Amino acid sequence: MDKYITAPVTEEITSDLKIGDYVYITGTIYVARDAAHKRMTEALDAGEELPISIKDATIYYMGPSPAREGRPIGSAGPTTATRMDKYAPRLLDLGQKAMIGKGKRSKEVIDAIVRNKAVYFAAVGGAGALLSKCIKKSETVCYEDLGAEALLKLYVENFPVIVVIDREGNNLYETVVK
Amino acid sequence: MVRTVKTEEITKAVKEMCIQANHFLSEDMAECMKKAAAEEKSELGRKILNQLQENLKIAGEEMIPICQDTGMAVFFIEIGQDVHFEGQLIEDAVNEGVRQGYTEGYLRKSVVGDPLIRENTKDNTPAVIHYSIVKGDKVKITFAPKGFGSENMSRIFMLKPADGIEGVKESILTAVKDAGPNACPPMVVGVGIGGTFEKCAILAKKALTREIGKHSDIPYVAEMEQEMLEKINRLGIGPGGLGGTTTALAVNINTYATHIAGLPVAVNICCHVNRHTVREI
Repeated sequence: MDKYITAPVTEEITSDLKIGDYVYITGTIYVARDAAHKRMTEALDAGEELPISIKDATIYYMGPSPAREGRPIGSAGPTTATRMDKYAPRLLDLGQKAMIGKGKRSKEVIDAIVRNKAVYFAAVGGAGALLSKCIKKSETVCYEDLGAEALLKLYVENFPVIVVIDREGNNLYETVVK
Repeated sequence: MVRTVKTEEITKAVKEMCIQANHFLSEDMAECMKKAAAEEKSELGRKILNQLQENLKIAGEEMIPICQDTGMAVFFIEIGQDVHFEGQLIEDAVNEGVRQGYTEGYLRKSVVGDPLIRENTKDNTPAVIHYSIVKGDKVKITFAPKGFGSENMSRIFMLKPADGIEGVKESILTAVKDAGPNACPPMVVGVGIGGTFEKCAILAKKALTREIGKHSDIPYVAEMEQEMLEKINRLGIGPGGLGGTTTALAVNINTYATHIAGLPVAVNICCHVNRHTVREI
């Protein structure tokens, strides 16, 4: 079913999302992958504040190619979410509500999704050029030295994703394999 | 007769190939992606394959890389033994082409200089280069940038001779099942059978650069390629791993002689952005 939602993503929004739903997101989302997650975790360990407002936040696992002049971003498709499994439960427990990536998630992540009424979306892997067209604004929040792995804040319009794990813990990937 | 090739020609060709391969799929790949979108049985699967068609169109028209993971630069360079290089060290010439292509082409720099210290080299070098010496006086460069979503899901199985062809088939299916949605299906499956531990991996990588739809010259291998493609497409993984009848676009298998005690099998998985381009100098 096609659905249109706005980010930040609240509990009320996730209550209406079921696996297989085709969802278009409009609003502000953050971008972080392996190295930025590692740094956020280190900040938490050191008792520091996170560089982003985590409550109801959506984190897109992505590392873009460089933007050409006059464009907000380059190619911008999802990276494999599995690599962020080590870090995700802690951020979900702090209030993060949505993750966008591709690929399987661990039991710990699925448990954290259910516990926090969160959601895991997949964007289509390898559709970076198409997805970049839905990104209207991009700014670097921090970790600029990480290059393609810097932490970004994006404004997206009708960014297309599919619900893969809903807040009941249903997993679309598991249901399709014969 | 010895023919002189200036290494600056290699640099220029490499630079152009880096930019071309990351924005335009080769004809064989473009054709089979189109066919997949027409033949997929799942509605969601068709929707995704149509998005990927749209993605390819935007990539070429607006010069946005097909995928943000513009890969680690992998080369197969066949050097005719009558070629004499003039200029730089050949490795430096290739890396200079990669540096120029990835910088001037707005391609992502995805390489860290040390696997554990992990500092980005900022120009996507060094490349991974496989050389071979062949007959003639030409230099044939195959460039196949490799994204790591699928590379991470690749496997090597050191089977026993007694495992036989059934063991090989099972290994291929296991690798594909485990890869699932992580490898950005529909995927291309490159398989190397035989040789040694490292040889089978190189065979599998090379198999990914073979034209889609072209089968092995060895009849039983060609048969196995077709059989495995059908079996993989019955797994249900589908486009994006979200279900469907298109899980793989091709299974390409290369074989080599091996030791009496072994049966190495490498499965190198590539996503649907299976980039490969060839130039002869």
